[in-house]
Formats: sequence, structure tokens, C-alpha cells
Amino acid sequence: MAIDILMPALSPTMTEGKLAKWNKKEGDTVSSGDVIAEIETDKATMEVEAVDEGVLGKILVPEGSEGVAVNTPIAILVEQGEAVPDAPSAGSAPVTSSREEPKAAASVAVPAPTPVSEPEKDWGETSEITVREALRDAMAAELRRDPDVFLLGEEVAQYQGAYKVSQGLLEEFGEKRVIDMPITEHGFAGMATGAAMTGLKPIVEFMTMNFSLQAIDHIINSAAKTHYMSGGQISCPIVFRGPNGAAARVGAQHSQCFGSWYAHVPGLKVVAPWSAADAKGLLRAAIRDPNPVVFLENEILYGQKFACPVDEDFILPIGKAKVERQGKDVTIVAFSISVGTALAAAELLAEKGIDAEVINLRTLRPLDTATIVESVKKTSRLVTVEEGWPYAGIGAEVAMQVIEHAFDWLDAPPVRVAGLDVPMPFAANLEKLALPQPDWVVDAVTKIV
Amino acid sequence: MTETNISGQSRPDGAADGRNHPGLTTDQLKQAYYDMLLIRRFEEKAGQLYGMGLIGGFCHLYIGQEAVVVGVQMAQKPGDKVITSYRDHGQMLAAGMDPRGVMAELTGRATGLSHGKGGSMHMFSREKNFYGGHGIVGAQVSLGIGLAFANKYRGTDEVSLTYYGEGASNQGQVYESFNLAALHKLPCVFILENNRYGMGTSVERASASKELWRNGEPWGIPGKQVDGMDVEAVNAAAQEAVAHCRAGKGPYLLEMSTYRYRGHSMSDPAKYRQRTEVDEIRQHRDPIDHVRNLLRTAGVEDAEFKKVEDKVKEIVAEATEFAKTSPEPDPSELFTDVLVGE
Repeated sequence: MAIDILMPALSPTMTEGKLAKWNKKEGDTVSSGDVIAEIETDKATMEVEAVDEGVLGKILVPEGSEGVAVNTPIAILVEQGEAVPDAPSAGSAPVTSSREEPKAAASVAVPAPTPVSEPEKDWGETSEITVREALRDAMAAELRRDPDVFLLGEEVAQYQGAYKVSQGLLEEFGEKRVIDMPITEHGFAGMATGAAMTGLKPIVEFMTMNFSLQAIDHIINSAAKTHYMSGGQISCPIVFRGPNGAAARVGAQHSQCFGSWYAHVPGLKVVAPWSAADAKGLLRAAIRDPNPVVFLENEILYGQKFACPVDEDFILPIGKAKVERQGKDVTIVAFSISVGTALAAAELLAEKGIDAEVINLRTLRPLDTATIVESVKKTSRLVTVEEGWPYAGIGAEVAMQVIEHAFDWLDAPPVRVAGLDVPMPFAANLEKLALPQPDWVVDAVTKIV
Repeated sequence: MTETNISGQSRPDGAADGRNHPGLTTDQLKQAYYDMLLIRRFEEKAGQLYGMGLIGGFCHLYIGQEAVVVGVQMAQKPGDKVITSYRDHGQMLAAGMDPRGVMAELTGRATGLSHGKGGSMHMFSREKNFYGGHGIVGAQVSLGIGLAFANKYRGTDEVSLTYYGEGASNQGQVYESFNLAALHKLPCVFILENNRYGMGTSVERASASKELWRNGEPWGIPGKQVDGMDVEAVNAAAQEAVAHCRAGKGPYLLEMSTYRYRGHSMSDPAKYRQRTEVDEIRQHRDPIDHVRNLLRTAGVEDAEFKKVEDKVKEIVAEATEFAKTSPEPDPSELFTDVLVGE
């Protein structure tokens, strides 16, 4: 049966080109893979290879022809001894391109925030523990619960953790499940991600999140996207955790917040605990979550003590913010160490007769927009606080969510309080000047109340 | 191991038949012939569909390299895990993934293996132990040692077959992975498909190391250079490497000397090499011709080859029809599979 050879496209954007040369003439035998012609565009030249075998029965477009549209029949290939038709077969009409304009997105609604915020479960008795102990207890509990969970990272085993977060874990769980890694973040983050693709549940500790930049390709391109790219076949239950944000006097490369970096990425969950209860309850949830979770801790908080439920089953839901302080005059939204800053500011504001509500985000993605919106509808004012840089930061996102969902309730423009837009300086006085202090929050609030 | 490289005509003179490795039986060669021809014809059709505008974006064809994946596949056992780069159609077909689902993914249809959300570079099969299909050059190597790590963690004797090109072999994470795999004795066969060009840059212009099979030596990883155009040589080397890993001796590196006939991707006019270079290899070193000749010598007749050719054509035609006529994904698919369980 005669086969039409069509004008091919060199690239997805090519619509027409020049048929520069015929390397075969009518009557020549053609095998699959033979170069039969050369085509040109303004960008490139390409050789056209035969896909089928036969005899070049008829050349429909002579060499030197310009502006030949893609999919135009350029020749007819026949079988040995077969009669050559004069014209392309009826079925050879140019193939309909699959590259149609995308359908209007009207039918695809962006998921809206769930409108109700439920009260937090009362877990009963608490004890005072540090954030460091809370994180360790969370990992120990999950390591006990599920043999597929393991911890790897630099200095996590024999050294007991660079910040002593994994203290005692090697002793209890052994070197199979608490694994020291060489200084090779890109490699071990990729290795852990590959293991997670088979269903294991690694906890990857970065000595600090600054070093996660070495591994960010695996966090984003390998861990966050594989479930989508595989049509839901391959999931990646993995936790990437470590201290995030400014520590103290460690300079620019070791002091930055990756909250907005990771929160930008669909396919990731991003958690940023403040208290010991946050740390314990949310890390347990992160380890159990079937998705990749970036868990942003804070070194300054490691040694701070908080009341934490002692219940063995204590766990907190990812994606739920907590109202740490009720108030009616202004909503202050913060996460991680900035929750402390916001609460200190609220005390100072109370002295001035301003009643601030403080929301601890706990999770940066998915954001608990419902809790924020509900609060702003009550207070009509919003101030955000974070140690990260202001530009395209979490505060910008929170303010935009409020504008989208509670614009009519706002009585003043939202204000963001953030770390200054500079690399972190080393000198003690300059470092202090670069990070949000309670009085910055007080100033921001008093401007809009 | 053979010192032959793909442009050389010399064959080592170890075995009586001119080869110094164990050969495949006639039945195995028939299977290899079928598997390789399916990849060849499938890829030719994919190239054609690309030219017709039915496949968009990137499309990296495996034509010329068929002996590598087929020879390795024949050394695997069920449960072994495979991962590769974006030049992945050959690996998928060799793993036994449905050609219709692969082709439909290439055309971005709902019936594609990733429901139209992955494309040419991103397909996976939990069932067939194929872990993709990765678009960032070298990333699959770290992920591949992770598959090996999982095998070891679970206490199985399964291995990870981790493919990458000579272009990726200069990426830092490949060496991080060598170190980790050797340090933890991970059962990982690194399969370096040296097709001589990383996009348009020849290996000579990109790599200071000229003997890529020795790249694991600093970590004590044994390596071999293999004639990647000879499915028997590939299989023999893969058998050895896989056995090494299964025995708990750690990773193994195989450099497969191979060649890609087509450009890096469909939009590559391949001006960085002479047409005569491609023709030379096509005519004298084609991996499929090689198997056909072995089978002819073994007494297989033309009628049988014709039968295989027809069968393969039918499968590819069916896959093409399926890929052309399947519907595009429903817009509601846009938000599915971003997160598990949501």
C-alpha cells in the first residue's frame, strides 16, 4: 500500500520550512533509516529519515521549495512493483496537531480554603520539655512504631546529632536505622529520595537547612514532583528536617529562612514548629505523612522549654494553625521563632490597651487560610512577622490570602514585619538590627490600630 | 573483557567463535532480536509522530542503543529495580511496560502511563519495578543508589540497575553516589551508556577521564568496558555485575560503548558529527543486524524474521492508533496526584 511521506517538524514551534534537497530520486529503493531529504528552517537543518521501506514512487514537492507546511505530503512511498498513485491518498490529510490551545481554565477552580477552624483536641497532662527533646521523642516514637522509618544525616548517629537532636537514637535503634552520612548532601538526599520511592520512610537531617541548597534539586525535582509525574503511581514519604533561619553570630551563609522557598512548591508540605508541642506533634505527623515534608526547625528554640502533652499518642495535624493568644484589635500571624516575638509584642501592646490575637501558623504549606481569615474578620487588621526576608516572603503570601478572602473586612492595609533585606551580618549589634524585635511589631501594630 | 570499541572492527580472539564471553542460546537470541526490534520500530514511529506534531516537547530516542538495555534486562530477575534518564523509552519497553501506554504518554493522552502528566521523560511502573524517567542529568544516579539502599535495608538480594549517559558521568552527584554506594556496599550496577555525545559535545571534549569504566576506581568499584552494540557481550557483563551485587560485594560499573543514531532530541540537527560516522556504525556495527546475523548462522530463515517484523509492526501500529485516538486528560486531572490522599 502506498504511504505518504509528510513534511516533518524540527521543533514544536515549526509550522513550515524549506525542502532543501532530495537525497533519493523517484524509483530509488528506500530502507528504514535512510536519509531521503534535507529540510531547513531559519534555525536549523535536519535530515529526513525514512521510517518505512519501499520505493520512492513520486516526489510531490521538488527540492528548493520554500514555505512547505508541516504535514504536507512531500512524496509517496510504494511497495516494490506497486503502481504509483498520482496524488496523496485520501487518508493523508495533514494530521491534526495535538497542540491545541489549552482549554479555558474556567472549569478548573483553584481549591478554596476550608472555611471552618475546629478547636484543638485537649491532650490532657503535660510536662515541661525542650524543643530538642520533643524532636528526639517524636523520632524515637515513630522509629518504634514503624520499621520502615530510619534517620540519616551528618553526625546523627555516633556524634548524637550536631545539635544533639538525635541523642540516644543510635543506642536504641542501631546503625541500620540511625545512619551517619558523609558530607555529601546532594548524594544522600537523592539516595533517601530513591529509597522513599520504594515505600521506605526516611528522615533526612540536614545539619542546617542552609546545606539543603546542595540537595534542593532532589527535594523539588525528585521528591515533590514524582507523584504527579507518575500519575499517582510513585509516592515519596520522606521528611527533610533541620535547623532553619538565623542562629546566632554565624554569618550570612548560615543564617537564612527557607520558609518561602519550599512553601512555593506544589507537591511539598512545609512545617515550621515553634513550641515543644508543635515540634513533637508535627514531626510525628510529618513522618507518617505519605508526602514529602520539609520540616523547618530553629536552633535558638532547641533549648527552650514548653509544656508538651505526655500522652503516648500525641500528634498534631499538618495544615492547622493555632491561635496562641485570643484578641480582638489586630491579628498577628507568625511562625517558628517569630511566634515568640509576636507574643512578646502582644504583651507590650496589652500595656497600651491593644488586644492582639496571635496566630502560630505551624504549617506554611498547606497554609491554614481559614484560621487567618476568621481572625481577620474579627480584628480587621493584619500584621505578619517572620525572620526571613520580606520580599516574596511568607508575609506577602499571608497578606495576599487575606486580601483575596477578607478584603472587605480590612480596616487598614496589612503590614509585614520581617528580617531586613540584607545578607545576615556577623557583628552582634548589626545582627540584632537585622532581625525582627518585639518593638518592631508594636510599631507596626500601632500604625494601623 | 573485550577491548573492542564500537568504531573498531577488531574482535578479541579468546573464544572459538571469536568472542570471549559466554554466548546466548538461539532461543535467547530470538527473544533479544524481538525485544530490540520492538524498541527500534517503536522509536522510529515516535520520531515520525513527533514530526507530525503528535508528540510535543522533548523526545529522546534510543535508536542504536537497543543492545544495552535488552542485554542487561536478560540478566535481571523479578524484583530488580531499574532507573534511568530521560532517554527512557527503551528501558520501559524492555521492562515489559505496555507499548500502548508508553506511546499514549508520548502524545499526552489520558491513557498514558502517567495519565498524560509525565510525558516522554517521566514514566514509571511500580509493577514492573521501573522508577523513571528523570529529566535532570545525573539525578537518577543518586536516586538509583537509593533503590539499592532500599533493597539492602529490606534484606533482599535484589539489585538496582542505574543507567546514565557519559554526559551525566561528569556530574558531582555521580561521584557522591559512588562514594555512598561503595561505603555502604549497596547492590547497585551503574550502567554508563557511553553513546559518545552529551547533547552536542563529544565525550573527548567533555571528559578528562578517557577510560570511563575506571571512574569508580578511587572508591574500589570494579568496572568494565563493554561492547554495547553486542547484546551477548552486554548480557555476559551484566550477569557478572549483577552476581557481584547479589553476593553483597557492593556496586559495579559497566561502561557500555554504544552509539545513538539520532540527534540528542528531536530538535537536534546533529551538525557536530559527520553523517559518514553514523552510516559507518549503522552499516557495520548495528546491534540488531548483529543479532540477525547470529541467528542466520544458527539456521533461522527469512520467513521467521518476517514474522517477527510483522508482529512488531502490528504492536507499534496498535500503540500508535491507541495513542492517536485516546482522549486528552480531563481538565479535572490538573489537580489530582499533587499530594497523596488529597
